[in-house]
Amino acid sequence: MASFIPSTREEQLEMLKAIGLEKFEDLYKDVPSDMLLKDGQLNLPEGKSEMEVSEIVRQMAEKNVLFKTCLRGAGAYDHYIPAIVKYIPAKEEFLTAYTPYQAEMSQGILQSIFEYQTDICLLTGMDVSNASVYDGASAAAEAAAMCRDRNRRVTLVSACAHPDTINTIRTYSYGTNDQMIVIPEKDGKTDIEALKELLNGSVASVYVQQPNFYGLFEDAETIASLAHEAGAMMILGVNPIALGAMKTPRDMGADIAVGEAQPLGMPLSYGGPYLGFMATTTKHMRKLPGRIVGQTEDANGERAFVLSLQAREQHIRREKASSNICSNQALCALTAGLYLSAMGPEGLKKAAVNSMSKAHYLAKELCKIPGVQMLYSGEYFHEFVTTLPNAEKVFSSLEANGILGGLPVEGGVLWCATEKVSKCELDRAVAIVKEAVSA
Amino acid sequence: MKLIFEKSVKGRGMQYLPDCDVEEISLPDCLKREEAPMLPEISETDLSRHYTELIKRVHGVNCGFYPLGSCTMKYNPRIDEEMAFLPGFTGVHPLAPDYATEGCKEVLDTAKTLLTEITGMDDMTFQPAAGAHGEFTGVLLIKQYHDARNDKKRTKIIVPDSAHGTNPATAAMCGYTVVNIPSAPNGCVDLDALKVALGDDTAGLMLTNPNTVGIFDENILEITRLVHEAGGLCYYDGANLNAVMGVVRPGDMGFDCIHLNLHKTFATPHGGGGPGSGAVGCKKYLAPYLPQSKLMTGKDAFQVKSFAGNFLVVVKALTYILTLGKEGIPGAAKNAVLNANYLMRKIQGTFEPAFDRICMHEFVLDLSAFKKETGVSALDVAKTLIDNGMHPPTMYFPLIVHEALMLEPTETESRETLDWAAEVYRNLYTLAHEDPDYMHASPHKAQIARPDEVKAARNPILKYQA
Repeated sequence: MASFIPSTREEQLEMLKAIGLEKFEDLYKDVPSDMLLKDGQLNLPEGKSEMEVSEIVRQMAEKNVLFKTCLRGAGAYDHYIPAIVKYIPAKEEFLTAYTPYQAEMSQGILQSIFEYQTDICLLTGMDVSNASVYDGASAAAEAAAMCRDRNRRVTLVSACAHPDTINTIRTYSYGTNDQMIVIPEKDGKTDIEALKELLNGSVASVYVQQPNFYGLFEDAETIASLAHEAGAMMILGVNPIALGAMKTPRDMGADIAVGEAQPLGMPLSYGGPYLGFMATTTKHMRKLPGRIVGQTEDANGERAFVLSLQAREQHIRREKASSNICSNQALCALTAGLYLSAMGPEGLKKAAVNSMSKAHYLAKELCKIPGVQMLYSGEYFHEFVTTLPNAEKVFSSLEANGILGGLPVEGGVLWCATEKVSKCELDRAVAIVKEAVSA
Repeated sequence: MKLIFEKSVKGRGMQYLPDCDVEEISLPDCLKREEAPMLPEISETDLSRHYTELIKRVHGVNCGFYPLGSCTMKYNPRIDEEMAFLPGFTGVHPLAPDYATEGCKEVLDTAKTLLTEITGMDDMTFQPAAGAHGEFTGVLLIKQYHDARNDKKRTKIIVPDSAHGTNPATAAMCGYTVVNIPSAPNGCVDLDALKVALGDDTAGLMLTNPNTVGIFDENILEITRLVHEAGGLCYYDGANLNAVMGVVRPGDMGFDCIHLNLHKTFATPHGGGGPGSGAVGCKKYLAPYLPQSKLMTGKDAFQVKSFAGNFLVVVKALTYILTLGKEGIPGAAKNAVLNANYLMRKIQGTFEPAFDRICMHEFVLDLSAFKKETGVSALDVAKTLIDNGMHPPTMYFPLIVHEALMLEPTETESRETLDWAAEVYRNLYTLAHEDPDYMHASPHKAQIARPDEVKAARNPILKYQA
């Protein structure tokens, strides 16, 4: 058994003696004795050496099947991660520190968050970003909570948002006994006429995803104006890679921008850890949940960073706090900041444009196959839905060739391409689809 | 030091991506970004050095003693990191077909089996991403349970006044009215106050045991019995499980559901504030209400985030549990409790514990008499500790102790470290009597002097502006 306890058995006995006790049991005298587990009662395997454990866990990893080419997105995107972005967050200091409560010995963490907050504001066009939340879905749910007041309690959510996001907002709304209503879909986009019907004086906010779950660009500006006319706030969920080339959420009329920042340097990892970002205007700054780092001066007048605006938070406000969140995804935020610095404005734009271009190429080539056509006609980013005959056969052929195909959704298949997939790989995938469709 | 934006030079930067090998498509005009975001433009050399400069201004568990009470800053084994970053885990798409994700499911299933055994629960979810997120999930189980029974009158959650701020904040997020009950003079639940608070409007009780003053509540069975008798359920805040893991189980104490902080108790690193994992365990009658990902399962259950949670964190925790095993898990708890008692007794005689009795994995010092005597506050002591190369304890918590310093040394510290820490505390006690002004102005040797937090809040600067 490997143990991370430095003390030897002799030292432990000496330490017990030093505090006037004889045995470990004496430390647990407050625990009712019939509740204490007896020796051997705990049904766990025997402890093991690092070498043995390493082998066990490695074998689990080897049971997964990896695909060389990934044409599946749906909320988890396979982008290229520069080597430095993998290397730096693994450094022990960043890895093992706690939340930077003691500013005097945590300036490195605080500054990394401040830089991340700046990055998110730059991408979204907003004034204020928090230090991160758990993921894109919980960011949307927290944003919906920010918008509610005494009279306006209802959240309208587009049916074209990520299904997990819709369900997460629904769950958070259930928590506070508030209503969430789904705005129906029309031709793969938010049904604007239906939205008009749903807007009224009890609506606190409208949540729309841009590009949406089907990859399509929404008419976010029209939706934002409608929301504002009805006195509601506009929450826009955005893909941060797209923001390298796309208009900012602020310019599209959003009051709060949220999103899933996994594409900014985080591997797929079976769904997590990912990173939720949240940014808003100065007006709503004090309603933001979570940690926020601010710049100030120290007693010598030097620039310093601290956890700021803490009067919003649970450790001060308790049941009146804006959220219960404390630990968030700080190391993922550091990773995203690092990714954005590495890529720079040109690199990020290239990731966006290349992803979009590859997706359009894939769509064009797939649609040359008889029986395959676009399900929706709108403009799209790096995901799109096609019809697909013989889908089961197509998927198994693709997978047998190391390609993870699109995700089956209602009416067809949701495909995705990122900058990581070469033309050659796309051509190969299309050839396999073509053969399998007609097989 | 400079911000990364202050090191940016227009036109600099790296080329990480090849040129586009298909026809380039641009966004529709109405959606095009007019100006590129002013992200840093920087060489990889400067980028690497920037982060190295930041690292020099971080104190991690690898740098030195970190007895931050309630945060369980134990050593984070490197093997756990190596396992989590196996390409066989990091390369898996959450929506890959079932046969391709069998290894991930084995990780989650094995971790569930081991952790339900340790906690005395029947089922578990790994979807919550942090402790507070787990609390939210757990209290939603309670809410769904009452709702399913159409028991609508239960609108209150009872929380002791010694609780973490997340407990009342969570209850509010779940639509409950919070009933704060005062603690007894010994820091534990006041049974009379509990009885007064309980009624047919009680949805549940949120409790951590050992509690936030580091004491195991000896009345725990009576407490959970009373809550159940009133028709409520009992929620266990797992923040303090490190004291008792493998020794006594929350399930056997009468709790119905629980969250774990895998990033505390099960040695996964905190990352400067996450990612953690707030796994939630429950008894079988609450299992139908556990959250699930709609997209992964097709089920319309509740869910608190997307997909299966912070999966890689679970890999780390599983590696840790497999390493320690059936002797190592309780062994770690016992040594954590031993270290806390040893440190408390070594400091005692100068700074005094708020409760002079055997503690669990952490203890609270009460500096109110000391402050009256010297004018030196708990904050001053904490800041002077920084100059001595150790992380200060948790300050001013729990709220029921004034001028509180809460220390949790954890099991992975050696006797020499504890002896050294005690000596530093004793020296500061003397220093406070000799030169209080020096301590008011601490730290003197840190990265910065004391920051002006009031200025930060009044005049918020929350991003870099050129």
